Parts: sequence; C-alpha cells; structure tokens
Amino acid sequence: MLKVVNAMGDACPIPVVKTKNAIKELIGAGMVETLVDNEIAVQNLTKMAQQKNYGVRSEKLGENQYRVIMTIGESADEAGAEAVEEETTAEETCMPDGRRGNKVVVISSSYMGTGDDELGAVLMKGFIYALSQQDELPKTILFYNSGAKLTCEMSPTLEDLMSLEANGVEILTCGTCLNHYGLTEKLKVGGVTNMYVITEKMMQADLIVKP
Amino acid sequence: MYNMEEKIVFCKGGGCTAKLGAGVLSRVLEKLPRGEQDPSLLVGYDSRDDAAVYKISDDMAIVQTLDFFPPMVDDPYTFGQIAAANALSDIYAMGGEVKTALNIVCFPEKMDLNILGEIMRGGSEKVIEAGGTLAGGHSIADSDVKYGLSVMGVVHPDRVLANNHGQPGDKLILTKKLGVGIICTANRVGEASEAAMEEAIASMTTLNKYAAEICRKYEVHACTDVTGFSFLGHLHEMLDDKLNCHINASKVPVIEEAHRHADEFLLTAAGQRNRNHTGPFVEFRKIPFSMEEILFDPQTSGGLLVAVKAEQAEALEAELQNAGLPAKIVGTLLEKNANEAEIIVG
Repeated sequence: MLKVVNAMGDACPIPVVKTKNAIKELIGAGMVETLVDNEIAVQNLTKMAQQKNYGVRSEKLGENQYRVIMTIGESADEAGAEAVEEETTAEETCMPDGRRGNKVVVISSSYMGTGDDELGAVLMKGFIYALSQQDELPKTILFYNSGAKLTCEMSPTLEDLMSLEANGVEILTCGTCLNHYGLTEKLKVGGVTNMYVITEKMMQADLIVKP
Repeated sequence: MYNMEEKIVFCKGGGCTAKLGAGVLSRVLEKLPRGEQDPSLLVGYDSRDDAAVYKISDDMAIVQTLDFFPPMVDDPYTFGQIAAANALSDIYAMGGEVKTALNIVCFPEKMDLNILGEIMRGGSEKVIEAGGTLAGGHSIADSDVKYGLSVMGVVHPDRVLANNHGQPGDKLILTKKLGVGIICTANRVGEASEAAMEEAIASMTTLNKYAAEICRKYEVHACTDVTGFSFLGHLHEMLDDKLNCHINASKVPVIEEAHRHADEFLLTAAGQRNRNHTGPFVEFRKIPFSMEEILFDPQTSGGLLVAVKAEQAEALEAELQNAGLPAKIVGTLLEKNANEAEIIVG
C-alpha cells in the first residue's frame, strides 16, 4: 500500500506531522511518499525515519521539489519486546534506502590518480558525478588535504555534492585542512569535522572507497 | 477582540525559529564591503557577538542591537513581551544597561489594529521593566506580522562581556531552561500541554536583566544569550576555535515536556539547520535523541550562557537559583584539543 502526502509549501514540523498521520492510516506495512519543497524538510523526515527504523530514501525531483519515500515494515509499529531482534534483521533485508550499509568515500586529493593534474581534476569531477548517480549511495564522504578544495567555492563538483547531500549523504570536510588552505570561510557544502571524527568514520565503515 | 481566523494567520511559527541559518548568513556577510576599520568599534560583526559595542569615551561605550521576528504564540500581548525580552537580552549579554529602544513593526493593513496595540503594549512594558525608554519606532505594511526592538544600552568599555573570552577551566552556567522552540512548535500543532506552554511563556518573557545583574558581581569571562542558533550553536561561537568544552547533559535545565515532543519529531527547520551547522563539532556520548534535539533547539528569548571562574561557579549558581532562576552549571571549558570533538556532550 502506498500513501502520498503532499507537504509542498508546508513549514516544519507539518511535513512530519502529515507523514506520521499517513503512516498511522497504513495500519501495518506499506510505503509513504512525502513531497516537500525544501531540503531541511527532507532531512527532518529522514531523521524521523531513521529513529523509527523505517526504510527511507529521498530524491530531488526538481528545483524546490523533493520526494521522501518511507517503507514501514509489519513489525515497525507493533513490535513487542520479543520482536526486537526480528525487527532489526527485517530492516536490513528490506531496506530500500540507497545508503544501505556503512560505505564511506574518502577524497584525499582534488585530483584522481597521479600523473597529469589537469587530467586528475577532470577524472575527479567525473568520479563525483558518477557517484551521485549510483543506486547505492555512500553514507559519508570525507574530504581532507587538497580534497577539501572540492567542497568549497569555485569547486567544479559543488552541484553534484549538493545533490548527494540532498539525498542524505553526510559530507564532511577536515577543518584543519580548510584552515591550511585558507578556505574556512569558503565552505559551500556539508559540515566541518576533525581528525577524531574522520578516524571514527573510517574505523566504523563497512567499506572505504578511495578514488 | 480578534477572531479565530486572524489568530491563525497571526502565528505561523515564529520567534527565533524564523532566523536564517548561521551558515547561509556568514556566506553573505563575508562578501560585504568593509569601510576603514574604526578603532572605537570594540565589537562588530567580525566577532559574531550578540551586539555592536562602540566606545565614545574612556568610561563609556554604547551597545546597539536589533531583533525582530514573527509571532510564536497566539496572544499578541504575550508576543510583544517575548519579542521585547528577546531584543533587550543582547544588551545584557554584552554586560550593558538598557537606555533607549525603538519599535520595529511589520503589520498587515487589513488586520485589526487592536492586535498591534496589544503587541506594542507588551513590548513597552518590558522596556520599562528593563529601565529603558521607548523613544520611537518604524512600521511597515506587510503580509505577515513581525515585531521587535532596536535597543541602545551603555557599558563601561572595560566591562564589555565578549562571548569569546572564556578561559580553560571556567564553568559554564545556563540561566534558563531549554526547549521553548520545541514546546511552541508542539503547541502550533495542538500537542503541547497548557502547563508546558505556560512554563515556556514565563521563561521567554523573563528579562535576562536579573541574571545579568547577579553575574556582574562575579568574575565572568564570557557571556552570550542562547537564541536562534541553539545552545550548541551559541556555545560553538563562544569556543571560537580557541577552546574545547565538556557538557554534562544531565545538568542542562530543560522544560521536561520538550523530550516527549522531540521524540514525536515536532521539530523546526531551524533546529535541523542548527544541527547541520554545529553538529560536526559535537560528539554525543550516549545521549538520547530527544536531548540532542533539545540542544539544537532554537530558543526564543533564551537564557544567558556565562563562563565563570571555576572557584566562583557554585556561589553564582546558588545566587541565581535564589533569585528564582532555573540556572545550572552545565559544563566546563577546556584547553583547545584538535584531536577531540570541540564539544563533548556526556
């Protein structure tokens, strides 16, 4: 069963409230598709889905138009204490989320590969575009050393990175590196992070992709 | 006095939840042309502080601030009080005394003017309570209601309380409960209890004057008020890349019911923007989801967050509490340590 919620033009928390009502109306398993007009609403809906262990994915349909699809399992609402274990396994197998698994992409340079830097820059732009088009997106992309330049003003890949972020991919850039390159005030996409978090994200990753 | 229809239009979810995000804002501000540096401007927007401070003589500086926003409550008189308390707060956060205030009003031409009268009555009462004079104002016809004040205060140039002069070892004290943004949001969709809403309103209409007067007697190194950028956002500005800090979440004063609404995801867009902006600097150690949200919750007319010399912290906490404020020691400032998250919430 699929329910569609139109929350275009609604300010937070209305999209969440409408979606919760639609989930209640499902009475059990099903999917709820919510249309919203801003990225923050996508993030607030995604946050709710993650807390509730619903499957969730989102996509940008156009300028100021986003779709968030939640999949509610049988067990999600009625799970008793004994069903907890079952619930978590069910989630993993039926989760349609594009960010399944904990994949982390590490961008340590603004060039892809060694050799000719001009070519390296073109390759990196192509890589990030291709990444944004994957069915399965990474959970996190980490940028450090000259990779930090890619999340800042003048980067040729900003649009692709923003689209990845809108689809729920966490984008983090090393603060020390931004500082080193004098880019602290120029960051355009994602958040700033530190070595502690960078290390932790890599240690906890199921898979690290390093172009 | 005003009908239901107008009431609904009146409150669309305002207060500091209506603020633009810090991230977006700094990208605009950094591109503005700057004139010659004026050495008398002690605090300008370079420092991301609460208000501008301009030295006019060796023993006097003026503190200038402007704050206005759309209604976050249905009652116009209460809204006026809250908007004024919020605007006046920036003067206290700088260690100043309120002198004059100017009204700033946006109001729909077709709306009942009695509503505007009520808003301004609430505002002027707070200016009087602050010991200031309402000296004029400016109003504009607009599609939505907005109200606030431009406030001028004075401070001795040596006693300006910057937001970023905290010292390692200082204790952090927060003088009001968190959660008013979430409570108002829940109220807008009919979920907040009357008691919680009353508690939130009482908190938002309380002037930070009383807390500021008590703080003046202690060795306070830094002070800010917690508003739209949330507890963690304003704390991050206080740390200013020069300090780390540890927050004891169990000590942070919270309007209890906010937990329940946070767990129901009655959250603002501004709260999520705060999480996007400040989240990367924060490490939560076994903190429940609702508490994380409360720490990112935009506060309207929130309390003061002060960094006080450790030896004096308990005495200050006790004196604030004796004055009826829900103040608590919530954490400690630490030496900068780039290997750890800037803010650890445990």
